[in-house]
Amino acid sequence: MFRNQYDTDVTTWSPAGRLFQVEYAMEAVKQGSAAIGLRSKTHVVLACVNKANSELSSHQKKIFKVDDHIGVAIAGLTADGRVLSRYMRSECINYGYTYESPLPVGRLVVQLADKAQVCTQRSWKRPYGVGLLVAGLDESGAHLYYNCPSGNYFEYQAFAIGSRSQAAKTYLERKFEKFTESSRDDLVKDALFAIRETLQGEKLTSAVCTIAVVGVGEAFNILDQKTVQALINEFEISGEEAPADESAPEQSGGAAPDQSGAAAEEEAAPMDI
Amino acid sequence: MDTLLSSEGDSQRTQYPYVTGTSVIGIKYKDGILMAADMGGSYGSTIRYKSVERLKQVGKHSLIGASGEISDFQEILKYLDELILHDNMWDDGNSLGPKEVHNYLTRVMYNRRNKFDPLWNSLIIGGVKNGHKYLGSVSMIGVHFEDDHVATGFGNHLARPILREEWREDLTFEEGVKLLEKCMRNLLYRDRSAVNKLQIAKITEEGLTVSQPYSLKTFWNFAAFQNPTVGAEGSWILCLMMFCCTKTCAFVDASFSFIARHGSA
Repeated sequence: MFRNQYDTDVTTWSPAGRLFQVEYAMEAVKQGSAAIGLRSKTHVVLACVNKANSELSSHQKKIFKVDDHIGVAIAGLTADGRVLSRYMRSECINYGYTYESPLPVGRLVVQLADKAQVCTQRSWKRPYGVGLLVAGLDESGAHLYYNCPSGNYFEYQAFAIGSRSQAAKTYLERKFEKFTESSRDDLVKDALFAIRETLQGEKLTSAVCTIAVVGVGEAFNILDQKTVQALINEFEISGEEAPADESAPEQSGGAAPDQSGAAAEEEAAPMDI
Repeated sequence: MDTLLSSEGDSQRTQYPYVTGTSVIGIKYKDGILMAADMGGSYGSTIRYKSVERLKQVGKHSLIGASGEISDFQEILKYLDELILHDNMWDDGNSLGPKEVHNYLTRVMYNRRNKFDPLWNSLIIGGVKNGHKYLGSVSMIGVHFEDDHVATGFGNHLARPILREEWREDLTFEEGVKLLEKCMRNLLYRDRSAVNKLQIAKITEEGLTVSQPYSLKTFWNFAAFQNPTVGAEGSWILCLMMFCCTKTCAFVDASFSFIARHGSA
């Protein structure tokens, strides 16, 4: 591709007004395994596809509890994700110490975005290669945000990132209108269905996915494997139905009310891993 | 100067207060919080300033009342101004409520205490946010707590016993004001640094109002003060003369015995 001339460092613009390093960082997010988030008025659910490298190894941790009222799911470079989670936890603790009050999600997300922006404007740094789905609760209700390596952030009703996330997004686009009034259990069910879409025919079991919930009266918690398997069985998900149409071009913001910020990606759907 | 051991050469520290405000009282009532404070600023035993506003608004939801060093209170108001400014600059629908302000001030006060450079105040913070009423207190050493009724300074000794007896959940505004006035009148009689010019502030979900300054009616018609000379006309003068005589006699006696012992010189 002809972008190679202007992509050596993050502080070089291309003639078309793009920062290729930042776009490459967002590519890293697309290569990570899928992460999905959806919210109602009172709850937010995060779900991830969690595949171990081999039978001998453990799963990558993709969902992090940041505080009782905030959790994050990552896709992309997990090391970068871990570091950012640590930053978020630190900010929450410091705020809680000074104000005895939970840090409003919206503010944490802006701080995170500003931190990511710094890395797009220093020649000796590189952008974080991780996309974060931040789920949290504050006074104004339940929130789901997506933080980009570019330093942009958007609020969503439901969103999916990572590989084969378009399948999940298509499913979510069909269902998102009823999410606001959904019950907690319906929300978890929809999350599991969305995960199933990304698996493209593979069997959905609790071994390949992780679910976490935060809501009014429910601190952020990751559901244990047994509970998830029981839910899967209960919802009679067998992974035999055909996946949703995934030949649609990759666009950011499946069900978002906001504008997509950084350079629009009008490319083909990501490769299968 | 940052020295490990604090020394007296450190000119920045508040060693003792100069211009002080006396008690503040705060109570929760049906719709929110009521606070009362007089408008006096004492310079030691002189009541130097009589229009000091010791009840101030903080952001959308909170009210602060301060006793102690007035200049330190003004410093605190500057800190709070900056805090609220940054809070507003987020422009995101979230705002700091009374609980957050209280805890922030606790951190400030405790921090200064640890540096042996306290802000010489006792603060009361009250407010209503999202239907929740909040009333808390912080002292100059960082002691902090929440309660249904709080007071600073002499108010702790003279007002809180009254409040313990007569405070109830769901007081109406009129009942609350009456209760506060009862406490303030008590303080006016018994606290020498109290002045008879007070303000009452009310904060509810809708907002804050601070009353215009006004005075309390006081009662001096006690029996002992009526007709003080009854029984012995001029008895006050007599008492005075007696007093002077005995003192004079004592003096004369003392001087005679002195001369007797040492001889006239």
